[in-house]
Amino acid sequence: MKLTGAEILCDALTRLGVHEIFGYPGGAILPVYDALGKSKLHHVLVRHEQGATHMADGYARASGGVGVAMATSGPGATNMVTGIATAMLDSSPVVCVTGQVSSKVLGSDAFQEIDITGITMPITKHNVVVTRAEDVARTIREAFVIAKSGRPGPVLVDITKDAQQATAEFDWNACAPNLPPKRIRNNHDQAEFDRAVELLNTAKRPVVLAGHGIMVSGAMPAFEQFIRAGNYPVAMTLLGIGCFPAKDPLNLGMMGMHGEAWVNHAIQEADLLIAVGMRFDDRVTGDLRTYAKNARKIHIEIDRAEINKNVKVDAALVGDAREALENLTPHIQTRDHSAWIRHINELKGDSAVRDIQSLPDTGHLYAAHVINDLWKETHGEAIVVTDVGQHQMWEAQYYHHNRPRTLITSGGLGTMGFALPAGIGAKFAKPDSEVWVVVGDGGFQMTMSELATIVQEKINLKIAIINNGYLGMVRQWQEFFYAKRYVATPLVAPDFVALANAFGIRAERITTRAEVSPGIRAARDAAETVLLDFRVEQEDSVYPMVPAGASLHDMIRRPHNPLVETASDT
Amino acid sequence: MQTLVAYVENKPGVLNRVASLARRLAINIDSLTVGPTENEEIARMTVVAHTDERGAHRLEASLEKLVDVLLAENISNRALLERDLALIKVAADQQNRPHLMELIKVFRARVVDVAPESLIIEVSGTVDKIDGLLEVLRPFGVLEMARTGRIAMTRGSDLLQPPLSETESTALEPAGSSRK
Repeated sequence: MKLTGAEILCDALTRLGVHEIFGYPGGAILPVYDALGKSKLHHVLVRHEQGATHMADGYARASGGVGVAMATSGPGATNMVTGIATAMLDSSPVVCVTGQVSSKVLGSDAFQEIDITGITMPITKHNVVVTRAEDVARTIREAFVIAKSGRPGPVLVDITKDAQQATAEFDWNACAPNLPPKRIRNNHDQAEFDRAVELLNTAKRPVVLAGHGIMVSGAMPAFEQFIRAGNYPVAMTLLGIGCFPAKDPLNLGMMGMHGEAWVNHAIQEADLLIAVGMRFDDRVTGDLRTYAKNARKIHIEIDRAEINKNVKVDAALVGDAREALENLTPHIQTRDHSAWIRHINELKGDSAVRDIQSLPDTGHLYAAHVINDLWKETHGEAIVVTDVGQHQMWEAQYYHHNRPRTLITSGGLGTMGFALPAGIGAKFAKPDSEVWVVVGDGGFQMTMSELATIVQEKINLKIAIINNGYLGMVRQWQEFFYAKRYVATPLVAPDFVALANAFGIRAERITTRAEVSPGIRAARDAAETVLLDFRVEQEDSVYPMVPAGASLHDMIRRPHNPLVETASDT
Repeated sequence: MQTLVAYVENKPGVLNRVASLARRLAINIDSLTVGPTENEEIARMTVVAHTDERGAHRLEASLEKLVDVLLAENISNRALLERDLALIKVAADQQNRPHLMELIKVFRARVVDVAPESLIIEVSGTVDKIDGLLEVLRPFGVLEMARTGRIAMTRGSDLLQPPLSETESTALEPAGSSRK
């Protein structure tokens, strides 16, 4: 069957199981859009191409599948860069299709020509230019394989306009992926494995560090069996949240810069760390020279390049997390760590006193209250998509996730503006789930144009703006480390309620604790998108905090009387 | 200094990916040579990098993550043969020419071009040998020099061959973005 390159692309995407494409049209991708109109694919028109990539990313993270974003050449493609980098740093399988000028004028600085494969080389897992219609199907199939396999990541396919327009013979069976042959490394190193087993069975104070890789590998049941077999306390990375139920007594909570104090202390006192699908990011370790000095380390990781990158480990098991855990579990003999767990629980007691949830309601509305009430009202069952900053950390601390893929957040790149578009993508992936976008007033203003996308697509999303009138996390750093010189962090925002209304979206402003739960309930009951503008304490800070470069146990703790420390509401 | 060998797809852009990767990892490349292999679809690279063993591991593992890199291996700690080739144009007049010829003989280099006021010397060998020759030529006046950079090969039965068979990864195609 003879089809144009554009038709082949749409056909191939359909066969690969794609339902939605998030994109924005333009000259160099018009043939594909013409073919899209004749296909069964649903195109979601975004308001900025960055939004398209975040939507595809949110779609991928919520569904476990591949998200697809599309843009035209030149500015369309360059607008995708931040979203691609976000997906790269968080190992999210996204396929970006960009139009490119005709192959005959490639390299001539033609109108809207840009070397997008050159630009995205360091921020994609792979990228490729397609100049012939007959290469379209195979290339897109390969892109899906690359995006999804091993450690996932974004792949960009740049298709010249003439390749979209030309016709070629299309036979699905004849265009199977044909990637370069790779050396297959025998990852099962018996010596490393034996050492890991020995470490597991001799540890007195073990802590498991659970990362995103558990979710990527689908290792949740294997992970739980492993934890039960060894009775190990579990600390979570930000992206690991959800891979092990928060309600489980062995789940300590999040580690790292804004991790719970007892979690960080447990890591520092541990004699064995078992890191699963995580990469010892600096936000997790603090100062490497003092990080878990008494602990031996086992590292289960699919990416060989992550082994010994930041933290030197004693046993490295390179490979799929599920496989590695399934192999290890039968060898676990020691499971009595009750004294150690009791000790960690004692550490916890001290923190609970300082917790903002324990403070009486004095009329001040804290972001933590909002998140905590959101958790209660949604029974911890919602998919929460956050932006980056203080609210993101409060979400991680106060919304207790019990299921995988229910917290979607930009961890590695820390991309402000991520939440709203990623939330839209998550809603498309899980149309029957309740999806909450939790976003600061700063990040929201970066991509709020996507409100129009929500309206155009008639989707039902819940948006909670944690509005403190500051770029809160940066303000917090200025408070702690720059003598409260608040340069460029006080932030003027539009009236978000009026703004939402202007888009045709229902909205409500909430200023007191008493209004929080009713407001959330009303939003949940609505069969349409609702935006809630929570006016929270302006100068609250996220505690505890490990200052950048400090030791993990060296935390700034919440003052015992924070109300004195913070400014009054306005 | 660490020496790595890589087999890569012989197609445009691959050299760029390899160089870009080293730059991203903040690893300084001392020399990088690329040449065809007996299989025209595969090229072989020798990368000599200013880094320690840990950096070399990271470079090796990261290189192998590139789709177009079939194999990458740090061979620094193995028995290996390293060769560099240089063409050196040196100033030579009637007077010092015999002296120069003498030195060239000692270094087992050869003269490949003779002009009234200069010679081109071709020399191959280890980096140390070429550096040594260069040292003694310098007083005569080195006018121009071109060096290939190192190529390396492990000795004897220690074979480093490109993988040829189809891999498991090419056989697996995910179901795509399926809704659950």
